[in-house]
Amino acid sequence: MELTNREFWTFVHGMVLGSMFLLAFTGGLAGLYSLRPEWLTSEGLRERMTRLRWGISAMAVIAWATVLTGTWIVYPWYRESLAGEESAGCEGLQAPSETCSPRDFLLSNVSGDTESWHTFGMEWKEHVAWIAPMLATAAAFVTVYYGRSLAQSPFLRRLVLWLFAGAFVVAGIAGLFGALITKTAPIT
Amino acid sequence: MSMTVQEEIQKPSGPAAAVVLASGIGTFVLGLVTTLNEASSGVNDFLRFTDDVGPLSGKTIIATAAFFVAWAILGYLWRGREVAWRPVLIATVVLLALGFLGTFPTFFEAFAD
Repeated sequence: MELTNREFWTFVHGMVLGSMFLLAFTGGLAGLYSLRPEWLTSEGLRERMTRLRWGISAMAVIAWATVLTGTWIVYPWYRESLAGEESAGCEGLQAPSETCSPRDFLLSNVSGDTESWHTFGMEWKEHVAWIAPMLATAAAFVTVYYGRSLAQSPFLRRLVLWLFAGAFVVAGIAGLFGALITKTAPIT
Repeated sequence: MSMTVQEEIQKPSGPAAAVVLASGIGTFVLGLVTTLNEASSGVNDFLRFTDDVGPLSGKTIIATAAFFVAWAILGYLWRGREVAWRPVLIATVVLLALGFLGTFPTFFEAFAD
């Protein structure tokens, strides 16, 4: 059992960083939603804020790490132009190979109608994903800046929740298309 | 010495408003350069900061720079100031919506050169 260098980085980008961001969202959402003075003792509020500050800040860092590894490490392997004219290198293949990159494979339609996985799915994913770290950074900064007063201000709490939810939605779109595209045309 | 809740809630809104609006500006710039990349082969060539990543390299570097530069400038201008949230939030939502639209393939491909 072994992973190639490309499989390792694809795993780090999608299964480690991307999944960690999406899974941690529910914890952060629950923490923010229940951050109400009537539900918490002052000791509980202090403990909750420490966890939220670190948790949301870590999520912002993870969001940046996810898009950076995706764009600068994994994406060049996806978009290599290997197949030549009229996708000759992809002829008869059922999956990408050394003569047919994942992008070549999807555009060639040699294994069914796969072109729109690139022209719509990948084209949207590679751009929309970059919105997530900006929104997550804004959510993290507001959380750290206001600290415990988030519990006293429904407006500020809702603001962080909306920023946080926005980051989740765009990361979810990118993650969903990433998983589906990888299933159709894996990077190996 | 730890800050009390009352002191925290009285913090000026400027620094927080700066990062919120900057996220809208960064997103809008991302959508804008994505659409311009489609509309102009000259822009497409310019955005190829590296051959391996292609025009996505320029789009993401410019959008990220726009976010951090806008945050730095607004944060400086609004440091210690109380800023009205309503116009900041309206501007942010509009910029986010436009930026999101600009990254949608059906939209930006309509401008294909």
